[in-house]
Amino acid sequence: MHVLAIDTSTPVVTAGIVELTTDAVRVTAASTASRTRAHAELLAPEVQNLLRRAPAGIAAIVCGIGPGAFTGLRVGMVTAAALGHALDVPVYPVCTLDAIAALAGPGPFLAATDARRKELYWAVYGVDGARVAGPDVGAPDAVRAVAAEHGITRILGDGVLDGEVLACDPLGLVRAAESAVRANTEPAALTPLYLRRPDAKEPAGRKRVSR
Amino acid sequence: MIILGIESSCDETGVGIAELDADGSVRLLADQVASSVGQHARFGGVVPEIASRAHLEAMRPTMDRALAESRLALSDVDAFAVTRGPGLAGALMVGVGAAKAYALALGKPCYGVNHLAGHVAADTLQHGPLPSPCLALLVSGGHTQLLLVEDLAGKITELGSTIDDAAGEAYDKVARLLELPYPGGPPIDKLAAEGNPEAIAFPRGMTGPRDARHDFSFSGLKTAVARWVERAEVAGETVPAADVAASFQEAVADVLTMKAVRAAREYGIGTLLISGGVAANSRISGLAAQRCAGAGIELRVPRPRLCTDNGAMIAALGAALVHAGVAPTAMDFGADPAMPVELISL
Repeated sequence: MHVLAIDTSTPVVTAGIVELTTDAVRVTAASTASRTRAHAELLAPEVQNLLRRAPAGIAAIVCGIGPGAFTGLRVGMVTAAALGHALDVPVYPVCTLDAIAALAGPGPFLAATDARRKELYWAVYGVDGARVAGPDVGAPDAVRAVAAEHGITRILGDGVLDGEVLACDPLGLVRAAESAVRANTEPAALTPLYLRRPDAKEPAGRKRVSR
Repeated sequence: MIILGIESSCDETGVGIAELDADGSVRLLADQVASSVGQHARFGGVVPEIASRAHLEAMRPTMDRALAESRLALSDVDAFAVTRGPGLAGALMVGVGAAKAYALALGKPCYGVNHLAGHVAADTLQHGPLPSPCLALLVSGGHTQLLLVEDLAGKITELGSTIDDAAGEAYDKVARLLELPYPGGPPIDKLAAEGNPEAIAFPRGMTGPRDARHDFSFSGLKTAVARWVERAEVAGETVPAADVAASFQEAVADVLTMKAVRAAREYGIGTLLISGGVAANSRISGLAAQRCAGAGIELRVPRPRLCTDNGAMIAALGAALVHAGVAPTAMDFGADPAMPVELISL
């Protein structure tokens, strides 16, 4: 069975066709888009090319739901949701940090990515690689404290906190959702992990215009 | 042919479905809108991130409701059209992402279209094809423009636009001043009905002999209203809110309709179309009717539901493009927050 994997929570367009056989998971085609932060433009043509590489069709879609930059994240999610609707296939949500963790081998470790505004997105994974804390967002010192609290020395992600660099990719996305995809279970709701409230301030009292 | 339109440029998620006949006539089959206006009220204006989040949540349910209303299946859709701009970048990207994904999954063409041209197209759903040429006055919370429409699918020229606030924005700001709810248009219109429009002589912006003939300005008017209210408060007077609302509304309606009718005369155009959320305002449409009748100009104002942002108008514009044989947009288009009105589709 072939699965389309999409994630747009990072600056690059992550998309690929992943084949699940009885005993293996392998990527058969992956996005080659090189422009960053151009998800709205590039994701659709990439997906169009990828779907041509799966002539027998896809059985499911796996979609990264962040945490990540909001605007880009939404492009991937609305694309996955519309594709799922139009192709009548289930769309499985995956926390983007879980997709990274699925590539990391045995735990324990902490996955962290740049959340901008001098903060990090993070999650903690146990010995079996399952998430035990997070996802959440916090200052680097607070995230270091979380790692220490869990007795973790291995940090991975996009290079923050001097950790190993390991990026979300189609393989990680599908591995993170593998059991649900294989069992064809009802997908969880496709809800983004924003982890932050929208920036908006209620207006203060009226400003005077006359002196 | 069945054309499905998606709109997400501001705070309304709209999905409309229209049927295009071989003779170019267009029939509306579905018009579903989900609005996040209630979530913006306490901020006194649209918060882009809140609007974008709401679009993502509302897209599928709105699509489902539109398909149910039309009694069609997705596979019946022959072409998609989506607002590409102008509007809020993050909000536009949700609609653009959805439309492109539907189109590519179903192997159907997709048109990335102009929101402003969509407002013009909305009227074709109610009053049929537009005569050529026709003058369009677009007034909403985000736009105030005077457009020369020679061909809905091919040639629209901007004659003028606001140099500062949109007309609807001025309504929102004056409403706040008078402690009326957001959005300000409907409550000011209601309150103005009880007031005297000639009580206070508020300025008519951009009407001096050296001002750009077809441009508008509402920032000075908003400040003049604020100054007037402050002066009354300082003097210990009770602010006559109904008179302030009526006099403010009169100033807006006067300038909009005077400039629109004058432009129609100067260009020798026999039809004026008013669209956009503010077109629903009773004084603006009323004064326009009076002045158009006096000048022998036909006035077209679509029903309020078609004036505000919706997907039906985007479907109608898509239908006009399909009928005119315009090529669909390539799959690598994105949102264009500042899309010029001259660019009807990409």
